Amino acid sequence: MELICPAGTPAALRAAVDAGADAVYCGFNDETNARNFPGLNFSRAEMREAIAYAHAQDARVLVAVNTFPRAGSVPLWERAVDDAVAAGADALIVADIGLLAYAAAAHPAQRLHLSVQAAAANPDAIRFYREAFGIRRVVLPRVLAMHEIAAIARAVPCETEVFVFGGLCVMEEGRCSLSSYATGRSPNMHGVCSPASHVGYRDEGGRMVSRLGDFTINRFGPGEPAAYPTLCKGRFRAGETSGYLFEEPVSLDAAALLPALREAGVTALKIEGRQRGRAYIEAVVRAFRRALDALDAGRPIPPGGLQALTEGQTSTEGAYRKGWR
Amino acid sequence: MAVTATTRDDAAIPVVPRPISAAIGVLPLAPLGTALGLVLGAVLRRHRRIFDRLGTHAGKRFGLRPTDLPFALILHADPARPRITLARRLPRDGLHARIAGPLAGLAGLVDGRLDGDALFFSRVLSVEGDIEAVVALRNAIDDAGIDLLGDAASLLGPFARPAERIARTALDVAGGFLHPTGGPKGGTARSGPWN
Amino acid sequence: MTGSATTGRVELTLGPVLFNWEPAAWRDFYLRIADEAPVDTVAIGEIVCSKRLALYAEHLPAVLDRLAAAGKTVLLSSLILVTLDRERRQMEELARSSDVLVEANDVSCLTHLVGRPHAIGPFVNVYNEATARFLAGRGARRICLPPELPATSIAAIAAAVPETRIEVFAFGRVPLAISARCVHARLHGLTKDTCRFVCGEDADGLAVDTLDGEPFLAVNGVQTLSCSMANLVESLDALAGMGVASCRLSPQTGDMVAAARVFRAVLDGGAAPYAAPGAARAELARLFPAVQFADGFLHAAPGAEYRGAAPLP
Repeated sequence: MELICPAGTPAALRAAVDAGADAVYCGFNDETNARNFPGLNFSRAEMREAIAYAHAQDARVLVAVNTFPRAGSVPLWERAVDDAVAAGADALIVADIGLLAYAAAAHPAQRLHLSVQAAAANPDAIRFYREAFGIRRVVLPRVLAMHEIAAIARAVPCETEVFVFGGLCVMEEGRCSLSSYATGRSPNMHGVCSPASHVGYRDEGGRMVSRLGDFTINRFGPGEPAAYPTLCKGRFRAGETSGYLFEEPVSLDAAALLPALREAGVTALKIEGRQRGRAYIEAVVRAFRRALDALDAGRPIPPGGLQALTEGQTSTEGAYRKGWR
Repeated sequence: MAVTATTRDDAAIPVVPRPISAAIGVLPLAPLGTALGLVLGAVLRRHRRIFDRLGTHAGKRFGLRPTDLPFALILHADPARPRITLARRLPRDGLHARIAGPLAGLAGLVDGRLDGDALFFSRVLSVEGDIEAVVALRNAIDDAGIDLLGDAASLLGPFARPAERIARTALDVAGGFLHPTGGPKGGTARSGPWN
Repeated sequence: MTGSATTGRVELTLGPVLFNWEPAAWRDFYLRIADEAPVDTVAIGEIVCSKRLALYAEHLPAVLDRLAAAGKTVLLSSLILVTLDRERRQMEELARSSDVLVEANDVSCLTHLVGRPHAIGPFVNVYNEATARFLAGRGARRICLPPELPATSIAAIAAAVPETRIEVFAFGRVPLAISARCVHARLHGLTKDTCRFVCGEDADGLAVDTLDGEPFLAVNGVQTLSCSMANLVESLDALAGMGVASCRLSPQTGDMVAAARVFRAVLDGGAAPYAAPGAARAELARLFPAVQFADGFLHAAPGAEYRGAAPLP
């Protein structure tokens, strides 16, 4: 199975490649990609250099152009596709139907991956994209259960890629407007979820209050581990209940499921976190590289390493595990 | 993997011992500030790419408060004349954002050994003010590949190597902290903030 | 009114009931809509949770007959999130056998509809003219756009596919997210499989407040909606002017027939009864007391905000 790793900066890309990534995914520094954060991502020149660096070490680069083009400004996204192809991208990760149509027509030889943002959660949806645009791989939503992943991998005429580590979307990706409801800026349109520009932290007598737009998202006691104010992992009230109504602030860790994922015929494993620092990327990629090497050699997944990365109660196998729903 | 096996993230971040902190506290600020300003200013000038990544946030003022030291730093990220000044405490006005945490946490952030989100989640670091500017600064610095001690020591010319060695040893002793993949790795996985 | 005279009559569409209503209440709601509501089109079907369909399926034929007899155009709406084999079979059956226009809320449904006339629901991501053109070219006759689109996007899309009816989500709690996890069940200590249909206790969804007690969201099984209700009644003129062909009203408890009459009256223009600025909004506020209205998405602002008659960007 291929190990697909995130990179938000050229330094992070080099760290991922050096730590054993088979492929790195990244995006241009604008709203065409779904991690459009301040100070992050690649200029055109940086992208060319990064691809050269990766190729020199036998690693591939997948360029994400995976937001939904703004009506009236579609050429901005088409240029991103053209430039990624020209820079030598090994594949483009695309979500929008119109942009897929453009990429397939303008660059018929280019390998296309269907972004998780396309929310293709079953074989019929995947078949649509395969037949219409010739996608070679689909990135599956994080809301699927293990047996559904296996069924999809068996049924579809293309490769499958699944998330194994990092941020966990509780809601189906590409169909969530929670962020724009509070801030006016959304993953689909602007490539941001709960953008930093709308985040505020306030100290209330030792308790830290996090706000998103005009709404209080969480309140942390002194010393209590904090979380970013993504709406789906905030504390709210409903009736008599108060707390993490949708999901606790946890991260996904499917390391223990690697044997099952291989058994299911999954092609590639994806690590989330283009917005994270080099330290995170290097550590997580190295750990998963070791785990995959062990798996390939028929050894048990090395114990402890990944556990320590995730800190007990803060990791979950998410929807992959029975009972999450 | 060199993972610090701790149950609490912040337990892995060394804190400047109180006697040392107290000793620094009685030093006159001016010479220390001048020296530090020279060193860090030079580091920033050496890594010009930081200002490209800062984009519209270049020119902003960041207050950095090491919680284990009796002074604070003000970073003025002005591309034309980046500078760092020292103060007994951060001013109430004129700062776009404030970042507070133990010196080792702040330093680890600067040279990329620590993941900023993890430090924040584990409450080692706290941030206030223009969070977007803080995120931009963090990303810009993470990409720059700053080697804080190496860069600073190189300014000392022929004395660089010995000075760097002494500084590294001091920090190593302070926290067993400078391993390339060390740091509070337990915290790095504390939830992806931006899904 | 300006604009609408030159761009044709804007229709009203009643969206599918999103909530788990008592089967008898569900039936009676639609029978009254058929008899009394000035809506042109009714989209109907279980789009949130496939487990619910069995609860009211027995009433479906009679309701469809009555709607047809009343002259309503009927759209059969498909499930938003399709994961189970049973759901896939249901959707394929819906798409293939129906002699009624199917409204696809998931791309998986399109696989079975290619080349045949169909409608696109608000849960298929149509964010730009390129996607709208592609879908129109494959048989989409109507497209209800995602609720988070700003006016500039709506106008650009409507201009690009003049042969396709472009619809906007104009009234009702706004669907914001869908998950495989049932939050309703989770709040009751249950799971999706063992849910006991607890979502049926909240006919407009379960209100979710911030820790400060501010109304924020509403939970409807696997779906999350806004607690506020979208209300574009003060922008109907502008929407008509940009080529919007239909406005969707999403069912809530409360008098949806009266709400439809307000929208119809405003769209038809003339002096009475809602000529005064704010009069239509005030009437809707009277009909749906204790809810906040929102139209921020249309104004490229946070969706929770209400800008009303403020000029669109």
